[in-house]
Amino acid sequence: MISVYLPGETFLHRLPAGAKLAGLCLATIIVLPIESPRVLGAVLLLVLGLFACLGREGLRQLKFLRSLSVLLAGLLALHIFSGTGSAGVVMVLRLLAMVLLATLVSLTTKMDDLLDALRGVLQPLGRLGLPEKKLALAIGLVLRFAPVLIGIGASLGEAYRARSGRKGGVRLIAPFALQALGSADRVAEALAARGGADGFAPETKDRKTTL
Amino acid sequence: MTSDRSLVHIALYAALIAALGLMPLFQIPFLGGVPITAQTLGVMLAGVMLGSVRGALAVLLFLLLVAIGAPLLAGGRGGLGVFAGPSVGFLIGWPIGAFVTGAIMRTMKNRSVIFSAAVSAIVGGIGVVYLFGIPGLVIMADLPLSKAAIGSLIYIPGDLIKVAITAVVAQTVARGMPSALVSRV
Repeated sequence: MISVYLPGETFLHRLPAGAKLAGLCLATIIVLPIESPRVLGAVLLLVLGLFACLGREGLRQLKFLRSLSVLLAGLLALHIFSGTGSAGVVMVLRLLAMVLLATLVSLTTKMDDLLDALRGVLQPLGRLGLPEKKLALAIGLVLRFAPVLIGIGASLGEAYRARSGRKGGVRLIAPFALQALGSADRVAEALAARGGADGFAPETKDRKTTL
Repeated sequence: MTSDRSLVHIALYAALIAALGLMPLFQIPFLGGVPITAQTLGVMLAGVMLGSVRGALAVLLFLLLVAIGAPLLAGGRGGLGVFAGPSVGFLIGWPIGAFVTGAIMRTMKNRSVIFSAAVSAIVGGIGVVYLFGIPGLVIMADLPLSKAAIGSLIYIPGDLIKVAITAVVAQTVARGMPSALVSRV
């Protein structure tokens, strides 16, 4: 499964997922009200130190900061522009520390473990009609559908270029939508033919007992 | 709509939001805060096509995948860090926006598909998303409300294009495959 998870054996990997999530929440609550740039700078150094514990691979992960820094630079510019440069610096330090800390949790925790730890948060989803046991199936479907959709788009684009020599662009939206929805319906039919998302086995067992 | 079909359609729109983020064309980080993304098109479509509850569930499913570490947000971002960043307000606004979009689609049942899709995508997909996104910027980036709002304005033209695409797709599907316009079935 595609994930930002970084396999490793550090103490951060060994901490239970629930503890890491709770720690992250606590750290966010503590860091949000801090206004002193010195304290925030110290927090940031501490988080960078934790990153260093992951070794060279961990530090390489900091490359994701490139896109974030463009964003932060924009926000900082807005601050300087409105004459609140020092508040801007505090904001950048705080956001960097929080984003890095949260990323650290994601880097050192397997998807499955996080999903287990998040189960309590996911309960409301069940009441809205997506029971927990269907969730795994839904996640699998999403990860399979995403490349299928990209494939449909690519083949429509290629076919159009072969016919006209131009890029399809907006014209391809309608066939794309209909093909994607068509493939979804075929998947739904295949799922129903195999007993549906609720599973085949329990239903047959019930039927047998009633007979 | 059977529960199987509904589950598959929810997954389809969650995947659509992911696919829209993976298209390299749209990964332009922009000055002012939030990277330009085609992903809100998926949010609008989920609300318009699936209706309120299923639309919101599709967006939540996508956000859950991002939260547990799938790098599916525009620019290959993912993991819990995204929810600690300045654009978290917009992410919170997505499922609520999809819900409102679907709800408006329902109340405008007697109007034409293309018109009601446009109206509901504007209110839910733009209005509600910014209603959460701009205060999010204010809190996370410590900006005054007016600056955050002006900084977000540059995304409105792109959003209006997405509304137009949403309306056209809804109209196309209403003609070509009416059963897939779940919000109207």
